[in-house]
Amino acid sequence: MQLGELVVNVRSKNAGPYWVTIDVFCGSEAVYSQVQELLTKAFVASLYQQPEETLKHFELPDLHVLKFSFPRPVVQGSRYDRDMHGAQYSVLLSELEISAH
Amino acid sequence: MPTRVLVPSGVLGLGFDRDALANGVAMKPDIICIDGGSTDSGPFSLGTGTSKYSRAGCKSEWRELMIARAELQVPLVISSCGTCGSDNMVDWMFDITQELAIELKHTLKVALLYSEQSADTIVAKLDSNQYQALDPVFPLEESIVRNCTHIVALAGAEHIAQALESQADIILTGRATDTAAICALPIMRGEHVGAAWHGAKIAECGALCSTNPISGVILLDVDQQGFNVQPMASDARCTPHSVSAHMLYENSDPFLLHEPGGTLDVTQAHYEQTDERTVRVIGSQWHEAKKYTVKLEAARCTGYQSTIMAVLRDTHYVANARQWLDRLSDFLEKEINTAMRLNSGDYSLEFRLIGVDSVLGALENKAATPTEVGVLGIITANSEELTEEIAKLINPFLLHYPLTDNEALPTFAFPYSPAHSNRGALYEFCMNHVIELNSPMDAFRIETRQAGI
Repeated sequence: MQLGELVVNVRSKNAGPYWVTIDVFCGSEAVYSQVQELLTKAFVASLYQQPEETLKHFELPDLHVLKFSFPRPVVQGSRYDRDMHGAQYSVLLSELEISAH
Repeated sequence: MPTRVLVPSGVLGLGFDRDALANGVAMKPDIICIDGGSTDSGPFSLGTGTSKYSRAGCKSEWRELMIARAELQVPLVISSCGTCGSDNMVDWMFDITQELAIELKHTLKVALLYSEQSADTIVAKLDSNQYQALDPVFPLEESIVRNCTHIVALAGAEHIAQALESQADIILTGRATDTAAICALPIMRGEHVGAAWHGAKIAECGALCSTNPISGVILLDVDQQGFNVQPMASDARCTPHSVSAHMLYENSDPFLLHEPGGTLDVTQAHYEQTDERTVRVIGSQWHEAKKYTVKLEAARCTGYQSTIMAVLRDTHYVANARQWLDRLSDFLEKEINTAMRLNSGDYSLEFRLIGVDSVLGALENKAATPTEVGVLGIITANSEELTEEIAKLINPFLLHYPLTDNEALPTFAFPYSPAHSNRGALYEFCMNHVIELNSPMDAFRIETRQAGI
């Protein structure tokens, strides 16, 4: 099973030209607890090949949301950018096989 | 009495539900505010000082809002005109307003708030050390500043308030924060400052904070303790979840939002459903900063580009696309050197395999065999003449290059003629900084003009 099938929604988006932010909407307390355990800061940093020190990690239990933000690997719209809105970064999380972890 | 703000949609040009707008007008708001800008589409708009959205689309929506304003006789504000909020885009919006005012037979006083900064202004801030780098930190020096095609500062509530003081019917602003126009009038009228900023953040994308995002129209009531927010489309609802979740959107931090003059802090905010469609929020806080700062946005030209694309459909080449491309790239580097006497530092030629990993690049972890693969070549150099020459030079090889020496010459699919396209100048955002101002208006200018008959 993939993470995207378990949770309500995973989305990513630029937060200005220099950051990308990923929101995981878990939908329920039970799913939130399960996902919270899985998506540690270290794990997400390694999935996105980011240093842990610059990855921001927020837990919002009231909303059943986990949020991760990190500096864009390339500045939005610069020569080597591949995704202007940063909206496809989310697929690495939504396609994550959760039985394997 | 709360201050009532009508927000027709997240941005002019995106569209809104006409019935929802009529519902909003019937609620007799004190002001209509819409955003006209964003950095979301990349640096091209600011680099060139042009609008991302079509003039026709903006004019058609602006017409509806001008009619609503005339009916209500309240101020109508558009912030960050023409996507990037450069001075010439404020004038562009004025021209649209003028044309419509004549068509609609309106007589208007229009205030124009300009946000563009000269290189000299910014260099003076560097020299006097009245600036700070934001995270992630990039160097900022005079040579970068002098290279920018446009530099804008993001106006805050104070600047919009100053424009509102002029009693203008319509206010057109240069670059401003997404929230500034929405929170300005509530703050001027003495409503809760934290609630004004928080409500503005929730409403700035229009109905995105509701269950029907594309309906657009949102109504915000800010009072002395908190704010209420409700969508104007009859089938839409705001819920504590839809409203509180909006603080996450395009924000790297879901609790703090840095604005000119201070920081919005929603750590203690409480969201409550008051009726089927409305959410009330209290507990938002505003922390005033010791120094008044405004954020800068700037773009500079970093070269010129041409692109060329071929599509591989032959199964043999699709299965070996990466290997083929590596071999082709090595060959082309030598060929460009031989024919044009260019070294690899004089240009860049990057290929992306569409269907393989063109979006995620090195992060891609899924391997599947696609039906076809698009081979997108992106050439960047110091002039368009050069990028076009390189595109023409590599054209026959991209079309015919074999996987190995001992096979029949393949011919791939070019989707159009000519196979290359000149993309013109390439721009890059090049400032992530704030400047300090002794007084908020120091870096901004307001003009008033008459429009219409």
